[in-house]
Amino acid sequence: MTHMTPPKLLVIAESERDGLKLVTLAAVGCARQVAEATGGRFDILVIGAPVQAAVDALQGYGAANIFVAEAKELAVPTADNYAHVIVDVARMHGATMLTAAASTFSKDILPRVAALLDAGMLSDVTAVVPVGDEYTFDRVMYAGNVIAAVTLDGPVKVFTVRASAFPAAEKSGGQSPVVPIAVDRASLPNRIETHDRVATPSGRPDATEARVVVSGGRAIKNAADFERLVGGLADVLGAAVGSSRALVDAGITPNTLQIGQTGKAVAPELYIGLGISGAIQHLAGMKDSKVIVAINQDSEAPIFEIADYGLVGDVYAVVPELIGKLKLS
Amino acid sequence: MKILVPLKRVPDPDTKIRVRADGSAIETDGVKYTVNPFDAIALEEALRLREQSGTVEILVISIGTAVCQEQLRAGLAMGADRALLIRHDGETDSLGIAKILAELVRRERPDLILMGKQAIDDDSNQTGQMLAGLLGVGQATFISRLTIAPGSGRATCCRETDSGLETVTVSLPAVVTTDLRLNEPRYVTALGIMKAKKKPLEEIDAASLGVDIRSRTHVTRLTRPKGRSAGVRVRTVDELLQKLREEARVI
Ligand SMILES: Cc1cc2nc3c(=O)[nH]c(=O)nc-3n(C[C@H](O)[C@H](O)[C@H](O)COP(=O)(O)OP(=O)(O)OC[C@H]3O[C@@H](n4cnc5c(N)ncnc54)[C@H](O)[C@@H]3O)c2cc1C
Ligand SMILES: Nc1ncnc2c1ncn2[C@@H]1O[C@H](COP(=O)(O)O)[C@@H](O)[C@H]1O
Repeated sequence: MTHMTPPKLLVIAESERDGLKLVTLAAVGCARQVAEATGGRFDILVIGAPVQAAVDALQGYGAANIFVAEAKELAVPTADNYAHVIVDVARMHGATMLTAAASTFSKDILPRVAALLDAGMLSDVTAVVPVGDEYTFDRVMYAGNVIAAVTLDGPVKVFTVRASAFPAAEKSGGQSPVVPIAVDRASLPNRIETHDRVATPSGRPDATEARVVVSGGRAIKNAADFERLVGGLADVLGAAVGSSRALVDAGITPNTLQIGQTGKAVAPELYIGLGISGAIQHLAGMKDSKVIVAINQDSEAPIFEIADYGLVGDVYAVVPELIGKLKLS
Repeated sequence: MKILVPLKRVPDPDTKIRVRADGSAIETDGVKYTVNPFDAIALEEALRLREQSGTVEILVISIGTAVCQEQLRAGLAMGADRALLIRHDGETDSLGIAKILAELVRRERPDLILMGKQAIDDDSNQTGQMLAGLLGVGQATFISRLTIAPGSGRATCCRETDSGLETVTVSLPAVVTTDLRLNEPRYVTALGIMKAKKKPLEEIDAASLGVDIRSRTHVTRLTRPKGRSAGVRVRTVDELLQKLREEARVI
């Protein structure tokens, strides 16, 4: 189907020094879906310094252009400077839809972009459906209790997509032209000064990207036990680790591990919850997982109501046995 | 110093949310309302800044119908100095709310706008960033620590990001949005409630502000997500491993 006015999508890539953040491919997947369904096209914008690794990683997905704004002032993403560049590019190329994968990067920057463009915005979109010349967007609200179908007025629409709801784009071949964007350094607002960025060290995959996630809750008493039980089980399965808010608040796990309504949303093939009660705010971030396993000593714990496989037991006894048996096989 | 703290009225996080059969709205019967938890964290932080430096005025603002007075009274009872209810009945979205707040910032000239990162009803996580954009000021989102050296005119914040922690400094005025680890809000005391009764709560009609707050987003239908049902209980680790290997085939 061809839209009367086919959209011009602009995907904002998330890149770091060492390359592209993989969640970006979910936004590329969404943009390509919309472009194909409407006869529109999509461009990708990469901002930062250096950007070469990210630009290379974005080749082959069918973008009409890869715009590149490279400047040392943009080495660290700050909302004001990035928003400034994004707004410039969006205006210059007449973008009608701006999108990115939902993450702390895009949540920080895109609402600021929307305000500067006087555009409506939707966060954490799980589906985009072209309807006539308009669109219906699905998104979750109320900690995952409600799915809302929403329309957006106005010539420019801004939205972030939930990475777990859109399959990562697959390469279709071809090279997208790389178009440098001249960054007017003097016009950057520079209102946010970044001192340090401390990445939480992790030898494991990110929970939003992993096939298997092992997640621990308040049952785990300290960081050493978390590493031994949750980390230990994750390692034999090649999995990522996650946790409930309770452990982050207690300082047992870093904030980067929080899964839930106000943390990360994950939907792996297999999610294993260890000593997690299943509060609605936690479920909001994992209940779309394909297979859910719960291990909890309370047979009435709400997580059992959504678990495919439930085992009532003490994680301190069950998990070492699980790890031992998995190692043997 | 003057701090503006928006307080949104939202369903209590412990209430069960149900969608009406016709998909037009959520069931409001029996729903308890509260101050958005992230906004309570913002107000707590403002109160702590006042306790440290003494000369801080805290203004709480809510946008909505008359019932939002409840949340403003709760904010006054926690310790805010004065409250402003912007009366608005009808559709709103983050951009409209941000435009109202921007107008109030122009009128009130606060040094700091401290607000929640996310309203737990719409889960948008947008308003603070939009407000900062409209005002052309700095922003620090998802913060877990806030330091304002007296007289410095700058706020240094620790931000929680997907990959770790980040420290940023913004010049005031600025918009700062709170994450869960910033503090634990105090409880309202009986004395606080008594005192709140005497504090000023002013009402302004949103239409009189002269800003275009037409919502650009329109919710056309609400549905319940497809539910999951409880699966099977396994008794032993061996049984679990067998199911995961042979039935679910995920390991
Ligand atoms: C505004 C707001 C935002 C929130 N955002 C999030 C969020 O993003 N993510 C999130 O996770 N939460 C969030 N929460 C918190 C949420 O409401 C719950 O408090 C939290 O998820 C509970 O964590 P938990 O299951 O680890 O702890 P608990 O609810 O205390 O459960 C612990 C469980 O462990 C079991 N247990 C104890 N010991 C053992 C043992 N030895 N072996 C086996 N089982 C055992 C118990 O039976 C219990 O079921 C939020 C809350 C609010 C108000
Ligand atoms: N109607 C409102 N009244 C007061 N503050 C609001 C309102 N809506 C949003 N906010 C503020 O904006 C923050 C983020 O909301 P949102 O962008 O909707 O997730 C909230 O935590 C509040 O601080």
